[in-house]
Amino acid sequence: MAESGKIDPMHQFAIEPLFGTDHLSIGGYNIAFTNSALYMVAAAVVLWVFVVGGMKRQLVPGRWQMAVEYMTGFIKSLLIANVGEGGKKYIPYVFSLFMFILLANLLGLLPLGLIGLHPFTFTSHFTATGVLAILSFSIVLIVGFSKHGLHFFSLFVPHGTPLPMIPVIFPIELVSFMVRPFSLGLRLFVAMTAGHVLLKVLAGFVINSSNAGVGYGLTVGSASFILMIGISALEVLVAVIQAYVFALLTSVYINDAENLH
Amino acid sequence: MPQIAQIAETYSSQIFWLLLTFGFVFFVIGLGMVPKVQATADARDAKITGDLDAAKAAFARADEAEADYRTRDAENRTAAQATLAKAKAEAAKASEAKLAAADAEIAGRISAAEARIKAASTAAMAEIETVAADAARDMVARISGVSASDEAARNAVKAALAHG
Repeated sequence: MAESGKIDPMHQFAIEPLFGTDHLSIGGYNIAFTNSALYMVAAAVVLWVFVVGGMKRQLVPGRWQMAVEYMTGFIKSLLIANVGEGGKKYIPYVFSLFMFILLANLLGLLPLGLIGLHPFTFTSHFTATGVLAILSFSIVLIVGFSKHGLHFFSLFVPHGTPLPMIPVIFPIELVSFMVRPFSLGLRLFVAMTAGHVLLKVLAGFVINSSNAGVGYGLTVGSASFILMIGISALEVLVAVIQAYVFALLTSVYINDAENLH
Repeated sequence: MPQIAQIAETYSSQIFWLLLTFGFVFFVIGLGMVPKVQATADARDAKITGDLDAAKAAFARADEAEADYRTRDAENRTAAQATLAKAKAEAAKASEAKLAAADAEIAGRISAAEARIKAASTAAMAEIETVAADAARDMVARISGVSASDEAARNAVKAALAHG
């Protein structure tokens, strides 16, 4: 483990059971209510509060309702652009996915450490992002096979492929298709983990250099601190972009299932 | 890296809570609330396009009404002008007829008056002849003591009158 002094930049990803639920289990599987689960619940509750504020259903919307309608409209236009009119039925799923990931990313970036809490970003765990990726991939498979039957396999033979090339192209396309859930889940996990590690490493530089002496603190420490400010802003951007990429790729994959090629 | 180091103890809890929370998000928020929000936005969009269409239709109706008004106005103008021209022609005809009638009456009266004057002057002439013949006969009787015949006196008077 990379350690700088006594500060472990990986400790922020540690999952700890809360409220003494260590041994809570169903059918032999541990389901302890952890700090990760707490942030999942927080993301769900914040999202619920956000959307409830947009349920006034006024003809002339207030600011809050406008914000909620902007988000649903954004997902709607994303799906229409990528899938077409048939994509509208996926608005509930893609909206849930996008907002849940977005809030998870942003809640994990809140400076709650200032008041002694430990912020946790559950999207930096591939156990969480993997489940979301498998959900999206399952929807693609279910929609694809229920809508096109075995004809769905024609997805792996791009239009206009010469006949002798099909035995070569088919496995390549199949592998690239099967890799999708992994790339989808790992991309989010890696982006969130890398950003948080970088912030913690730089924070470790600030603390350790300040402890080493005023000269180090003013040079290395302040340089690292300025860099941290910039990277914090970048991390907010990454939080939004990664949620968008997840939703965008999901809608692109849904397009394959809906319309083949 | 806790993500890998802790995977054996935590994967079931992670999956369980993620499915629970994301299930809540999808079924309650995604399926329960988002369609209502979307329906409100769609209803607003529909209302806006409907209102715009209604405004456009009203504009078209107004244009139509104006065009209609213009044609009717033009029609009314031509009709009024025709009526005016007709009335003018009738009036002119009537006044002409009246003038002609008046002219005829005046001409009649004038000719009658002329005839009366002629008669009067003829009568007066005849009386003058008689009176002049009597006077001539008297003058002849007084001057020459000869009583001139009535006819001679009259002839003399006629000749004198003719010579003027």
